Amino acid sequence: MHALDAKAFMGGWTGPTLVKVAGLSDFAEGQFPIERMVLDLRTRARQHASAALTALPWAGFLVDGPEQAPEGRPWVALPAQALTVEAGDAIEVRPQTNKVARRYRRSGNNNILFATERCNSFCVMCSQPPRDIQDDWRVQHLCDLVELIDRDTSALTITGGEPTLLGQGLRRLIEHCATHLPQTHIQVLSNGRNFGKGIPAATFAAPHPSLIWAVPLYADHYALHDYIVQSSGAFAETVRGLYALEEARQRIEIRVVLVKPVVGRLPELARFIYRNFPFVEHVALMGTEPTGFAKAHRDELWIDPTDMQESLTEAVDYLSARDLSVSLYNLPLCTLPKQLWPFAKRSISDWKQRYLPACEACEVRQQCGGLFAWVTPEWTSRSIHPIKGTHLCASH
Amino acid sequence: MRFAPPPAFEGEAGYRLLPMRFRRLPWDENRVLVTSLSGDWILMSCADFARAVDKDLRRDEPLFADLQARHLIVADSATSTLAPLLSQYRTRKAYIEQGPKLHIFVVSLRCHHTCAYCQVSRQPLGQSQFDMSGEAAAYAVERLFEWPARELTVEFQGGEPLLHFERIKMLVKAIEIRNRHEDRNIRFVIASTLHDLTDDQLSFMRDHHFDLSTSLDGPEWLHNANRPRPEKDSYRRTLVGIERGRKVLGEHAVSALTTLTRRSLEAPLEIIDEYRKLGFHSISLRPLSPYGFARKTETRNGYPIGDFLRFYAVALDHLLSVNRAGYFMEETYGRMLLGQLLTPFSHGYVDLRSPTGAGLGAVVYDYDGTVYPSDEARMLASMGDRSFALGQVDQPVTTWLESPAMQRILAAGVAETLPTCADCAYVPLCGADPIDHLARQGDTIGHRPTSDFCRKQMGLFDLLLERWETGSGSDRQILESWAHRATRQEAQPEFEAA
Repeated sequence: MHALDAKAFMGGWTGPTLVKVAGLSDFAEGQFPIERMVLDLRTRARQHASAALTALPWAGFLVDGPEQAPEGRPWVALPAQALTVEAGDAIEVRPQTNKVARRYRRSGNNNILFATERCNSFCVMCSQPPRDIQDDWRVQHLCDLVELIDRDTSALTITGGEPTLLGQGLRRLIEHCATHLPQTHIQVLSNGRNFGKGIPAATFAAPHPSLIWAVPLYADHYALHDYIVQSSGAFAETVRGLYALEEARQRIEIRVVLVKPVVGRLPELARFIYRNFPFVEHVALMGTEPTGFAKAHRDELWIDPTDMQESLTEAVDYLSARDLSVSLYNLPLCTLPKQLWPFAKRSISDWKQRYLPACEACEVRQQCGGLFAWVTPEWTSRSIHPIKGTHLCASH
Repeated sequence: MRFAPPPAFEGEAGYRLLPMRFRRLPWDENRVLVTSLSGDWILMSCADFARAVDKDLRRDEPLFADLQARHLIVADSATSTLAPLLSQYRTRKAYIEQGPKLHIFVVSLRCHHTCAYCQVSRQPLGQSQFDMSGEAAAYAVERLFEWPARELTVEFQGGEPLLHFERIKMLVKAIEIRNRHEDRNIRFVIASTLHDLTDDQLSFMRDHHFDLSTSLDGPEWLHNANRPRPEKDSYRRTLVGIERGRKVLGEHAVSALTTLTRRSLEAPLEIIDEYRKLGFHSISLRPLSPYGFARKTETRNGYPIGDFLRFYAVALDHLLSVNRAGYFMEETYGRMLLGQLLTPFSHGYVDLRSPTGAGLGAVVYDYDGTVYPSDEARMLASMGDRSFALGQVDQPVTTWLESPAMQRILAAGVAETLPTCADCAYVPLCGADPIDHLARQGDTIGHRPTSDFCRKQMGLFDLLLERWETGSGSDRQILESWAHRATRQEAQPEFEAA
């Protein structure tokens, strides 16, 4: 599962509990019910807590040790360096397993709502291998979580697995986001196949003011796409799904993961997107995340970004000349021709991002998204090197 | 793990051909252009094309994927999908949705010019019986709002529409009052020589966001020769009008069209340089139409369509060099054809549609209350053939659509069904023009091998595709930028000039 968890010490809890970590400002603003917050009494939080304050009906207390908590009240203590938890974050305290899971980070750049582990595809490079389990309970769990997320959070991603497998549950979740987080941009990662199979896209139409569907498309013909997602007929379903979303007036992004067979026809895929889906708002071309199934298929999937420069440049030029907005994700700047730098985004979630020793001396490191934390030498481009004596061109 | 290799997803063996048309390239007889039902296309060798048609393609060759991606063949139809082909078709033909968007109001036939090529059969200045009456105007406003289109372009034409400006003011006010409840997006255009433009007229146009479309045939000697006024100062007056229009309405509000006479054909470079000198970024190079006074003076002013195509090729090369030198200038008809070739989108040009734009894309409300499906139909009527009149302005639009004239137009108005067009590789990108064929050949269906309309279309498509394919990288980029600009200016109707 994506959200990080850690062993912790705790006492006084009657069952798993989702709570928001309260700093004094969260208390003062009064946006969240006290009963659903834990007061941060840790030394590092350095907040003065009077007896009157601790007497309020907090769900519990986040402490360094049990002696800090008021007598008889639930408490939880995280071992040093186990898990960073700060004011504003939402955590789940699970007394049966003595674990704490972090579900939302106030300072995070890429918070996710993990909708389901189930998926109807089985992609060769899946970073989040699916499991066929019954986890409909997540809908209520996520709705509870949404209520504890900051109103001014800029963006959230609903992902899985395949979120549309939740059916009406997904609509409920989106509606809940619309009620509690109307200003937050919601991105749903979905393969769109269910919309091509008769579940009307209108089921989800526009209950949220700022929602976009991010749909992966790997080829301009069925055989290659179906191989990548390991599912015969998937291409046809996704294509029909894209049209169903368009008909329901939904905003759409197309995502392409740059594994070797896909890069082989990338310019053709760009042309196919423009000719057949000119209504999409954004095309994201993404480097592979070397985890999950991808690791087992390194020989079939890996292509050094250095060797995709030509295809990538052709595809990016083609799309951007046609007013289709295009971005590059997960590709370090030193592996890209400079003319593509303006398209590169710092896309890797901060908690999975790292740099290599070679990056120490790099002048554009601040603009660069770096690498996935789990990158190994065999997934590292031969072009990784510090950029010097140059200036990032911010415009194009 | 249960992963399967690529061949496991190939589906059943073999493939089927989808509807396609082809054309041997005039500049390379060993290759063909192959187009799909919806106008997607590919260039390939004749040998490859023969193999494709004979079902000899191998699964692992890129061409096999290319032809699927462009909807020319389908492999394993149970696993694949034709949804993109259908979507492309709907997108390409989107102009038939919503009905006519271009509404031409002929407020007066009077004019102070005596152009030999006039397509309209203008009338002398004093003849007020050639002005649109208040009653006809009021009916026309009623009719305008009977059409369903959300976007309407209202274009005032003549004669010289400025000679009856009071009627324009009345129409604009009536339309705007009615639109308070209708809430359509309405754009006003006036096709005028811009001569004798008064300050009051200009400020009225500014207040109502008019665009101006005028005629400028080229440098002074050519313009004055083509467009005589007794004072011999048409060019100077037009320039003054353009300048004043730009000052009050903005640089982009003023566009100009060129009508090409036989004299013009000798001056492609001079015409383009004149437009550049005047700061235009767009030029329209239009051959003469076989209507109005142009018909009577054909032997003096006319020319075979081949001469026009030779002219256009020289003009295109000069335009490319102007663009390469850093000055953006496009030719509007070429831009529209390139938009058809290089984008999936529909277009706003009413004269190049299938089904035809006559009556389906445009309506003309003539000065005397007669309604026509196109400017050409009104011009034919002024020559004595009123068979394309849809009806009168006091009748509801349903009556017009049920008229024998409209039935006759529709019967010859779908290019895909016309003899010779039906097999042409360019037909998904082209249009039907039954009224033009009647005017030129005496028959709405016409005979393609001797049709000037067809020669012009084929000639321009061939020329533009050849330049796109064989030109330098920068030439290709320039032509593509025209095409993309065409789609950015969302379905903007082309204007007819007075």
